Amino acid sequence: MLKDLLTPQNANVFVGKLGDVLVKAVDQPLGYAINWSRLWSLWPVHIETACCSVEFGAASSPRYDVERFGIIEAFGSLRQCDLVVVQGTITRKMAPRLRLVYDQMPEPKYVIAMGACAITGGLYFDSYNVLPGIDGILPVDVYVPGCPPRPETLIQGCMLLQEKIKRLKAR
Amino acid sequence: MSTQETQPVEQPAPPAKPASPPAPVKELPKFEKSIADKIEGKFGAKIKVEFVKPLRIRIKTPKEEVLAVAKFLRDEMHYDHAESVTGVDYPAEKEIEVVYHLGSYTDPELANHVLTLATRAPREENPNPGSDSTRLPSLRDIFYSVEFHERECFEMLGVYFEGHPDNRRLLLPEDWADLPPMRKDFKIKGR
Amino acid sequence: MSTTSLPPGLQIEKVDERIMTLNVGPQHPGSGHMRIIVKIDGDYIVDADPDPGYVHRGEEKMAEYRNYIQNIPHLERPVIHDSCNVLYPYCLGVEELLGIEVPERAKYIRVIASELNRCVYIQYWLAIYGIFLGHSTMFMWPAGDRELYIDMLEKMTGARVTHAYFVPGGIRNDVPANFEDMLLRRVNYFEKRIKEYAAIFYDNPILISRTRDAGKLSREDAIRLGTTGSTLRASGVDYDLRVKEPYDAYGELDIKVNTLKEGDSYARSKIPWLDMLESCNIIRQAVQKMPKSGSVRVKLKPNPKSGNDEVYKRVESGRGSLGCYIVSRSAAEPYRVKMSVGSFRNLICMPYLLKGEKLGNMPAVYWSLNYWPVEADR
Repeated sequence: MLKDLLTPQNANVFVGKLGDVLVKAVDQPLGYAINWSRLWSLWPVHIETACCSVEFGAASSPRYDVERFGIIEAFGSLRQCDLVVVQGTITRKMAPRLRLVYDQMPEPKYVIAMGACAITGGLYFDSYNVLPGIDGILPVDVYVPGCPPRPETLIQGCMLLQEKIKRLKAR
Repeated sequence: MSTQETQPVEQPAPPAKPASPPAPVKELPKFEKSIADKIEGKFGAKIKVEFVKPLRIRIKTPKEEVLAVAKFLRDEMHYDHAESVTGVDYPAEKEIEVVYHLGSYTDPELANHVLTLATRAPREENPNPGSDSTRLPSLRDIFYSVEFHERECFEMLGVYFEGHPDNRRLLLPEDWADLPPMRKDFKIKGR
Repeated sequence: MSTTSLPPGLQIEKVDERIMTLNVGPQHPGSGHMRIIVKIDGDYIVDADPDPGYVHRGEEKMAEYRNYIQNIPHLERPVIHDSCNVLYPYCLGVEELLGIEVPERAKYIRVIASELNRCVYIQYWLAIYGIFLGHSTMFMWPAGDRELYIDMLEKMTGARVTHAYFVPGGIRNDVPANFEDMLLRRVNYFEKRIKEYAAIFYDNPILISRTRDAGKLSREDAIRLGTTGSTLRASGVDYDLRVKEPYDAYGELDIKVNTLKEGDSYARSKIPWLDMLESCNIIRQAVQKMPKSGSVRVKLKPNPKSGNDEVYKRVESGRGSLGCYIVSRSAAEPYRVKMSVGSFRNLICMPYLLKGEKLGNMPAVYWSLNYWPVEADR
């Protein structure tokens, strides 16, 4: 039976079908494993955009220690990062740079908008040089409100992002 | 926002008016007065001492005299650095005022004094920063510390400083093509 | 191909092949919120051109559209971890414009809050300096210890970093019960703790070899360039506005001004630390001399107006002299507010200090200037 099916003419088709079956069988557990490994090692890129970076720095300090939750301290090389924490106000001068940083990062990548300024422009809603929120330039996953958000709030935002990654389809 | 609860009541202790000419009953601080007198003695009617307050003196000069006054202040009065350069726009008077706050590190007597040196440049309705008549001589050769402050003033108000080696943009985005933002006719969003 | 016909951006410039241009920042661990365009010849910097303005939010323009009280929250945002000091000259200026005398107790509480905030600022600065030099412990220690004072300030003001505690006319609210005891316990522990930094950081031979003689600024140059704060005092100029032009209660306190003669990065990094030790002394003195009860705030009219006047007030912030120039033209809003900030004034000496340095020394020199980019951009 199997010998009939597996002729040299249709070997490719058969292997392809087998692959589909295999993927269907392991997709869920494998996707879970991939997501699991992703969500416990989120690497934020080191880009400070405004004053919320003080509280972002404080989140890595011994009292808050965000590394407990698998968010590693801000890291220099953006080629190895998968998380952008937009730390506050985006000015018109910074916006193209932020987009450039985001574009250069490998997939998959996630964005946390930290602080009122990054969400809507916040206190600077009527300033001439400030973007009214980063929705126009980046796809935001989690919004962390506050001016500035306390480190606990940022940690909660990171945990929400992890919940979200858990439910995403692994690519 | 400004219209809320503007009761026309008397102000708590009305502030001192700029003392020009100083009211005779009010006694001026002695040391500050002596400095102001020295400068006035040197330049006479060309400059105007606008007020003398404790620790603060304000001098207004025409733009032709600002270099000579600044040089005199540095060499004879021991003011050795500029703390800030501020541009203030006066559309009604068609002028832009540039204010230098000068201080001294070397002279212990002057350590807590700030001398305000104000000068004015003509203002144009349709500014073209760098190539219109809004120009002032740069004080960079006299007070080196004004370098970045004057750059900021140039982009914020469009005052071109002649003799400044580096009249580039400093804080605004590279593609800024609007009016200089600190001018009064530049309105911010929704106001 | 003639290059003159091309638009300016596309022209091919002739460059020396030995000279390489590097853009350090704004996405760089050793830059902060700014860009430094450095030209290097091999390992040596031949030219450095700071390019700030990435956080320029137009606060001075916004201040012209808000009244004197509404200006408080956004004017403290340039340095949120030094928010009491950054708001201080504005409050002093508005008080002079409106002719308000602050109650005695409020003056002392202002001094205490301002010194606590100075320590919080310097600790954060020191933590980042540790990161810049690759000294992770020096990030963890100050970043952990500053939480002590942040807690204290949170008890006093209600917010972690953005306090909005100083208002024209005094302070927003009185200190909590049991304030002195809580404060002094923290000050004692804090002082004991920061003395330990000497062993791990300031006496560390690696740090000394890294920062000694890097970016030397002579006394004459420091004066000529108009630097301020720790950069100035590290070059041997005895100038501190808390002593030279005492504001509020600083006149009644005994303050020692720390100066060092060397003017290199090591001296510049040590002055803030010495300032923190001095701050502890100032807080103790202020607590002792503070009136035990009394009003802390003069109530203003809802929408205060001032006459045709101008005022220039300055205080000593964590980064040096911080001046606020307010022009008022008989309106509820100020006609012009200008903040003359220490970071912006210290920025001017960066090209001079970096010229001739090794590229690897750049973070050590840059951050030793006590420079906070958000403040410089305003």
